[in-house]
Amino acid sequence: MSPGFDTRAQARRRTGKIFKAACAAAAFLSLGFLAVLLIDVTTDGVKWLSLDFLTRYPSRFPERAGVRSAILGTLWIMGLTAAFVLPLGVGSAIYLEEYAPRSWLTRLIQTNIANLAGVPSVVYGILGLAVFVRFLGFGRSVIAGALTLALLVLPIVIISSQEAIRAVPRSLREASYGLGATRWQTIRHQVVPVALPGILTGTILALSRAIGETAPLIMIGALTFIAFPPTSPLSPFTVLPIQVFNWAAQPKADFHELAAAAIIVLLASLFLMNGTAIFLRQRLRKRL
Amino acid sequence: MTDTLAGTEMALETRDLSVHYGDAHAVRSVSLAIPRNQVVAFIGPSGCGKSTLLRCFNRMNDLIPAALVTGQVLFGDQDLYDPSLDPVDVRRRIGMVFQKPNPFPKSIYDNVAFGLKVNGFRGDLSERVEESLRQAALWDEVKDRLGKSALSLSGGQQQRLCIARALAVEPEVLLMDEPASALDPLATVRIEDLIRKLREDYTIVIVTHNMQQAARVSDRTAFLYVGELIEYGETDQIFTNPIQERTEQYVTGRFG
Repeated sequence: MSPGFDTRAQARRRTGKIFKAACAAAAFLSLGFLAVLLIDVTTDGVKWLSLDFLTRYPSRFPERAGVRSAILGTLWIMGLTAAFVLPLGVGSAIYLEEYAPRSWLTRLIQTNIANLAGVPSVVYGILGLAVFVRFLGFGRSVIAGALTLALLVLPIVIISSQEAIRAVPRSLREASYGLGATRWQTIRHQVVPVALPGILTGTILALSRAIGETAPLIMIGALTFIAFPPTSPLSPFTVLPIQVFNWAAQPKADFHELAAAAIIVLLASLFLMNGTAIFLRQRLRKRL
Repeated sequence: MTDTLAGTEMALETRDLSVHYGDAHAVRSVSLAIPRNQVVAFIGPSGCGKSTLLRCFNRMNDLIPAALVTGQVLFGDQDLYDPSLDPVDVRRRIGMVFQKPNPFPKSIYDNVAFGLKVNGFRGDLSERVEESLRQAALWDEVKDRLGKSALSLSGGQQQRLCIARALAVEPEVLLMDEPASALDPLATVRIEDLIRKLREDYTIVIVTHNMQQAARVSDRTAFLYVGELIEYGETDQIFTNPIQERTEQYVTGRFG
């Protein structure tokens, strides 16, 4: 036995076991909280869930109320937000990764994007109110809401797209340049197709953050009783989280249960979106 | 120089070529000439600057922001580092095969066709693809599955596909950066056979770690050490009768 070493292997293994148990506890704790939340919401809301609930407009009477206008509003908002954020986000990411010189200015932009991702969403609401609702005169409309949410998730889309682009192996770019392809041809035919699954996943996950945002939309004045679907980008609107907020603020207990039912709908759409993200990623990866 | 190159046409020539990466001096004032339709091997221990030197010939170092190239590289009578020259134009005429096979994650056909498409090739695309795959001795193995992913090929096949891809755009020079170092011995033999065959039509510059490989495939060999060109001459002479002591020590395996 060498005198210079700690030979108590058993004691060292014990430390390892304690650490493993602590990590497992941390993981299961969060899972536990999620389970409690889901059980609580489901027991409150499940009896109100029905096809009618999805197809009826909000009402003063709980038994006649539904989330139709909120679902349609959410679809409008999400569609427009995606339409704004995808070109802006992917374009910025491509510029920063492929074109921008490695200068102090680029680093400044990069740092600020990271900082913007951490700005509280209510601040974006104030910005949206000042710029889109008032200055550009969009009013409390779908387009003002979508632009506000697009700004909110833009940093996340840029950062995740940058990561996807950065993950494209250097060897692939070199192979393309080596054949006499220009930068644009390399980006268009080699980099973007390989980065696309990552870009789409990041964008969908960013949108699934936007779908649950309430504060910025309240700031731009979307907290009103809306019992009709939006018909154009300039229509007033409501969305699922605002409907939840609305009902939760009512004094009658029935409305609280309706809020729980609406939360179930919101969570279901969230799972659906995240599921789509995973599906797309697997699909596009396999297609190589 | 021990032998004379008088009267031989040169494909590439460097004059006082140096490359700095930040503070590191990777290539130190190298002057050498690469004759047309010959195979020239660059040998030397890891980090001696042979790959960096190779990457000067198609301006691949441009892609590394920190790299600073000084001196001249002549391609015919054109200076490749003339500021008015677009590196994109250079890279079609001076093709490159990399250390690790790096096919595009696309079909076998599209891998070869990509270079043709980006360079606006006007001829018959599939004819040129077939021709290139034949040149790279890969056609018989892939002719029935051109639409399959290039990643389904073995490592050796992938590397021959990369050679086919490089040949498709009709370069004059082929740069090979340790093209067989990631391959098994049998695949290596096939690549070496291919290099000997290709020298009839192309000028080939090959970087290799493997001295036997340099001896087997090259006409001329350059020995580099810590960024400097120590000795350059006919391969036979470099391996059997080197002038510099360090060359002799290296080729006899006493260091490196």
